[in-house]
Amino acid sequence: MSDNDFILKAEGINKSYRMGATRVMVLKGVDLAVKKGEFVAIIGASGSGKSTLLHILGALDKPDKGTVKFEGRDLSRHSSGELNRFRNKMVGFVFQFYHLLDELSVLENVFLPVMADKSIVGWFGSRRWAKSRAKELLEQFGLSQRTKHKPYQLSGGERQRVAIGRALMNEPRLLLADEPTGNLDSATGNGILEVLEKLNSLGQTIVMVTHDERIAQRAGRIVTLVDGKIEHKSIKDL
Amino acid sequence: MHKIVLAFRYFLKRRITHFAVLAVALCVFIVVVVMTVMTGLVGDFKQKNHNFVGDCVVGTESLVGFAYYEEFVNILQEQNDFVQAVSPVIKSYGLLSARGSDQPKGLEVIGIDPVRHNWVTGFGKTLNYHKSDASRAFEPSYDPNLLGCILGIDLALRRDADSKYFFTSSPARAAFSISCFPLTSRGALSRAGTGLVNTKTFYYSDISQSGLARVDSSLVYLPFEQAQELCGMDRSVKRVSAIHIKFKPDVKLQAGCEKVDLLWQKFKQDKADEKQAYLLDTVNVQSWKDYRRSSIAPMENEQTELIVMFGFVGITNVFIVLVVFYMIVSHKSKDIGILKSIGVSNTDILELFSCFAFLVGFLGSCIGELGGWIFLLKINQIEDWLYGRFGFQLWDRTIYAMGDIPNRVSPKVLGVIALSAIIACLAGALLPSWQAAKQKPVETLQVNQFY
Repeated sequence: MSDNDFILKAEGINKSYRMGATRVMVLKGVDLAVKKGEFVAIIGASGSGKSTLLHILGALDKPDKGTVKFEGRDLSRHSSGELNRFRNKMVGFVFQFYHLLDELSVLENVFLPVMADKSIVGWFGSRRWAKSRAKELLEQFGLSQRTKHKPYQLSGGERQRVAIGRALMNEPRLLLADEPTGNLDSATGNGILEVLEKLNSLGQTIVMVTHDERIAQRAGRIVTLVDGKIEHKSIKDL
Repeated sequence: MHKIVLAFRYFLKRRITHFAVLAVALCVFIVVVVMTVMTGLVGDFKQKNHNFVGDCVVGTESLVGFAYYEEFVNILQEQNDFVQAVSPVIKSYGLLSARGSDQPKGLEVIGIDPVRHNWVTGFGKTLNYHKSDASRAFEPSYDPNLLGCILGIDLALRRDADSKYFFTSSPARAAFSISCFPLTSRGALSRAGTGLVNTKTFYYSDISQSGLARVDSSLVYLPFEQAQELCGMDRSVKRVSAIHIKFKPDVKLQAGCEKVDLLWQKFKQDKADEKQAYLLDTVNVQSWKDYRRSSIAPMENEQTELIVMFGFVGITNVFIVLVVFYMIVSHKSKDIGILKSIGVSNTDILELFSCFAFLVGFLGSCIGELGGWIFLLKINQIEDWLYGRFGFQLWDRTIYAMGDIPNRVSPKVLGVIALSAIIACLAGALLPSWQAAKQKPVETLQVNQFY
């Protein structure tokens, strides 16, 4: 397989954090490659470094050592402006606690990535498209009646769907989900997983972090992280 | 675009912001009111001083005066391009005694030609009985043939309980003896050994209310020739204390005074060989501002001190905004993480909070300035009510020579105050905004997760 088949390639990722006087090694030489259209689940116990790895893959954090290549380009060579554009356009994040802005409506939360990228003049040129796309996404997720609501007026599952909508707003190449069902009951969580499966079936590349093996089983490939290293990989659907 | 939307939403939603707005509004209100009143008082005071002396004064501090003034007056009057009017003036000190009184009063004697002096200064407007015709200012209405004198209003009248003067329809017949010490051109008493003073009787013909307390309580105007005689300046070579000048309306003060100074220097050179040329060395050419510096400077100093104190008010404002924004930023760290995760840059975060601070400053200024303007509109009514009800006056009118409290708001002052308030808010929000921009998204987004 050539590098072009991989949308994301992490090699030799090392990351540590200072805890008081000591330094804790979280990732100790992680290699991970994700193909286009794959649904990869990274599984590990709490403190195994899986969220750290996800943040590094999405350029929210920098590794101490190692490289992350997105579509063949090394993220460490990106300027801060390029990284901002990368996070805005190439990657969509979904967090465990939804992380919606309480001051904005549901619709505004979804089209926020477009608004964040535009100047005032640019926004007036794109807002019609942005609102239309946001409504389309919300309809897709069964939230068309909630566009004017504020996040605190929604259930956990609804908020997570809004977060997924926001993550997909700019049609990112890669969706990164950090424990997307961690704060939901099993039924609601199941609903979210169905959304992710459906997106993947339409070609969306997804990397999901979870500590629950049952949730990981819903992915196409499982990667296990133990003590900062990839222990083994299993591939479903051989 | 998200910066503006979020800034507005944060502004409307966060109650603590409203306190910051109130703090800014209060500071702006205080500054607007005090600056307007102070600027009005200082401006009014300066204007009164300007009206008192004209635009420029060629004069000496010496009680001897200077000679050859008539020639220089002619030179000035030939300068039709910048000189409008000229008035020679005698200035000295003397004693005033009311007939039948054995208590003389020391005062300043000013000898003028009322018509010429009215052309140069606001003299005519200060009169009470001859406001419309200054030429007859020294003619007592009860007997125009008598030698008249014009007294400062506080010399002639007393104020009632409401600090108002009681004017009669015509001046009361009153005679005053005015005595001066005539001096020779060498500064010696010209009547040494023979009585020392020149004394003449004048009759009260009018009062002058310049609005300057010191002037109104210690000055008497006399006809020019009479004053010249009293002071011993009417010898073979006549002398005068000063020449007051009014420039044409389109002439700038500094430029006009420089031209007069050039003319004076040339005149002095031409007269270098004259007998009393030495008297010309004591003469200065000054603008009205420099001439009245000793009166104006204390008020200007007070105004400067006030501005400095308001600088401290501004610092307090900055500190309040700093504290409020620190609280807001610490509460909004999650939002900052979210924004960064969708690609918002550090600069954008900084701009977001700066926009927020701008809104606080702008709204606070608007409220403060509106409140200040309304308060100033009613300030005199408020003072009248306080005086009527509690006997309280902000300025005791028996002491301070002022009428209504100045309340005209200057748009320029308003603009400067508003801009300063906005800048203070931006300054106060800068450090918290910068810290917000520096925050790492992973730190703010990790909730109850170890790594």
